[in-house]
Amino acid sequence: MADKELDARGLNCPLPILRTKKMLNDLTGGQTLRVVATDPGAVKDFQAFAKQTGNELVESAEANGEYTFILKKKA
Amino acid sequence: MSEAKKLAIIATKGTLDWAYPPFILASTAAALGYDVQIFFTFYGLQLLRKTLDLKVSPLGNPGMPMKMPFGPKWFKGINWNIPNLVQSLVPGYEALATTLMKQTVRNSGVASIPELRELCREAEVKFIACQMTVELFGFEHGDFIDGLEFGGAATFFEFAGESDICLFI
Repeated sequence: MADKELDARGLNCPLPILRTKKMLNDLTGGQTLRVVATDPGAVKDFQAFAKQTGNELVESAEANGEYTFILKKKA
Repeated sequence: MSEAKKLAIIATKGTLDWAYPPFILASTAAALGYDVQIFFTFYGLQLLRKTLDLKVSPLGNPGMPMKMPFGPKWFKGINWNIPNLVQSLVPGYEALATTLMKQTVRNSGVASIPELRELCREAEVKFIACQMTVELFGFEHGDFIDGLEFGGAATFFEFAGESDICLFI
């Protein structure tokens, strides 16, 4: 179970990333955020976001047109 | 935060379509940890007005598809090829195109310009309005949202000179 959840379904670039960043601000280092999105561009964007911000992308999965990401906040 | 990367943007366009790139890139860069400044000049000043009244014009823009944001799929798929002459003669054509684009934006889950502008502000993106063009176009400082800085080209270079990425939009 992730510490927080973000429903970004139906949102398009760059909103999923912006909302994710906002929610990560409320977490402490090591806590996790689970994001569900429908924007196919989010797959690459979440990889890029993780790489550039240092928050770890623990999981990236796709099922039935929905993309699920789990990010672990940088310590 | 002196180690943060810096993004400098010059925003020169004042239409609904071209309002997107500066605000999308600025808000995203801020989310990635960049320090961001946008220098608004010429028609880009429209993006800073208290009351946004941005429009899009398909007239003379062959790159813009004219599609309907409602109706059955086959109907939405039609690209209405309306001659320039007709576009220029029909009253309210731009207003119609603008309404259609705003609807398309909502249908696709794309943020509105006021929303993106607000997200930029929340993320502490710095907005600078070009004082020379403010005067040139007869604007008053009161026409614009609060919290702006007014400056000239030298002000822009102070930040842009140290930036990692610099974009002219």
